[in-house]
Amino acid sequence: MSVTTNDRWLLPEGIVELLPEQAQHLEQLRRQLVDTFYAWGYELVMPPLIEYLESLQVGTGNDLDLQTFKLIDQLTGRLMGVRADMTPQVARIDAHILKRDIPTRLCYIGPVLHTRSSGFARSRAPMQVGAELYGHDGIESDVEILRLMVETLKQAGVENIHIDLGHVGIYRELVKEAGLSPEQEVTLFEALQRKAKPDIDACLEEWSVNQSVRSHLAKLIDLNGDRSILKEASEVFRSAGESVRAALNNLIQIAEMAERHIGNLPLYFDLAELRGYRYQTGVVFAAFVPGQGQEIARGGRYDAIGEAFGRARPATGFSTDLKTLVGLSQKALPDTAGIFAPAVEDAQLDNKIAELRAKGERVVSMLPGQSGDAAGFGCDRLLKQGDNGWEVVSS
Amino acid sequence: MKTSLTIAVSKGRIFKDALPLLEGAGIVPIDDPETSRKLILDTNRDDVKLVLIRASDVPTYVDYGAADIGIAGKDVLMEYEGDGIYELLDLKIAQCKLMVAGPINATEGSANGLRVATKYVNSARRYFANQGKQAELIKLYGSMELAPLVGLADRIVDVVDTGNTLKANGLVPLEHIADISSRLIVNKASMKMKHAMVKRFIDSVAQTVAQRNS
Repeated sequence: MSVTTNDRWLLPEGIVELLPEQAQHLEQLRRQLVDTFYAWGYELVMPPLIEYLESLQVGTGNDLDLQTFKLIDQLTGRLMGVRADMTPQVARIDAHILKRDIPTRLCYIGPVLHTRSSGFARSRAPMQVGAELYGHDGIESDVEILRLMVETLKQAGVENIHIDLGHVGIYRELVKEAGLSPEQEVTLFEALQRKAKPDIDACLEEWSVNQSVRSHLAKLIDLNGDRSILKEASEVFRSAGESVRAALNNLIQIAEMAERHIGNLPLYFDLAELRGYRYQTGVVFAAFVPGQGQEIARGGRYDAIGEAFGRARPATGFSTDLKTLVGLSQKALPDTAGIFAPAVEDAQLDNKIAELRAKGERVVSMLPGQSGDAAGFGCDRLLKQGDNGWEVVSS
Repeated sequence: MKTSLTIAVSKGRIFKDALPLLEGAGIVPIDDPETSRKLILDTNRDDVKLVLIRASDVPTYVDYGAADIGIAGKDVLMEYEGDGIYELLDLKIAQCKLMVAGPINATEGSANGLRVATKYVNSARRYFANQGKQAELIKLYGSMELAPLVGLADRIVDVVDTGNTLKANGLVPLEHIADISSRLIVNKASMKMKHAMVKRFIDSVAQTVAQRNS
């Protein structure tokens, strides 16, 4: 297929370029978030953009494989991937490289690439930002991450946040009790994600799953709503195995603690919501805002991932996409201000400009013979030669 | 801000069959879509609106959150590839079958496999792959019955209700792929953020469905 001149400037689907104003907004938010994470004690790491496929996908299952762009390393002939998710990379840094015995808090911001647009923003090139806490398996670390996620969204100027909480342990243990084959489990999982009750009932019937487990699994999709459904779930799972009840209790405790710490955000619970099920092991949460059909940030506990790197560590974390957040931000950018300097060669003028820039002012130097005035360059003031040398005057 | 619900429905049979279910949930459209040219229908409730769109667009509107709730055929949902929707209820309306059909004395097709004309490319591809048959799929947007008659395809994959259109064109249903009926679909975010309202709606629709089919 030949490319016509008209097609030459087309960007690939799901790929966008950020123009000055958006880029400025995103960069401002990026700096602000790095500072916030720092203030919360999270250390910034910068994992590589590409690496060998095996380590990129450790412990994450099939979904990430399909999402990863691949290329051959010309030096070794091995397959490399462009990261589609930084979480496994950061887990490797913790488990395999830092190898600390104390709880470790890491954060990251960087571009990732997806083969298919999905999830937040429908972009194929999100700017992933997130924070992970390793080495502590209590509810306190889950709640810290949840709070940091909320803080991140607030800093970004995202309003009307709704938090959705679930726990993959409940479903995982029920499936174990039901003794499903891996293939059946995939089918059930897929139907459960669609909350397709007719399909679920048909599957359980066909596989002749034991009656009590069947009723538990079938009730999962109705267990969604406000706090009251946790009580309902306790009733429903009274006769379930110990590990199912332990998972539910864990969720209840996290909910109680979260309510104490994140104030009056609406909390919503959904026990059939299993995002990230392949590698999550405990609580899962996501943030929604009105007008967005999909979650805008998500996180949860994933204790098993470090194992593949030689050291299983409890882990919990969240991530989101900076580009999505900038798009949702209700915060206005400060008006651009600046000082327009004339096109004059003068050492004193140079000094004055350097002095102003050092103070954080934005100074734009005019070019000889150019068109456009101060306003055209986003400047609200001018540099003028006065009685006492160069002075800043309003334009 | 008062929460409001937007419900996406396609014109025609599904809309007609869905009316009693909506009425059971206390929702009656004020305009008649057959006479009105409006695409957004007001209802007796000022917090509920209906949007009228093409059947195959219903999942897209709901997935993107442009509509909170939609009524879509299983045939359309099987084609749809997004993952932002819940498929909560079988409404048991607009029932039909997704089938392979062909000429009365259909042969096994050429050595290169079957040529199949269909609107349901994904479902057809999955079906033939499961059967271990090679099929070349030709995407059409309508009047599939014509394809075998003019030699465009050996078979068609289409929804079959009475089978009259097939018969009139000298075709017969050959293989059953799936039973089709309309489903109530809900946007994942709406399910969470407008939970009370959505749940109330679903429960009353579920009740009406149960009553009608008992």
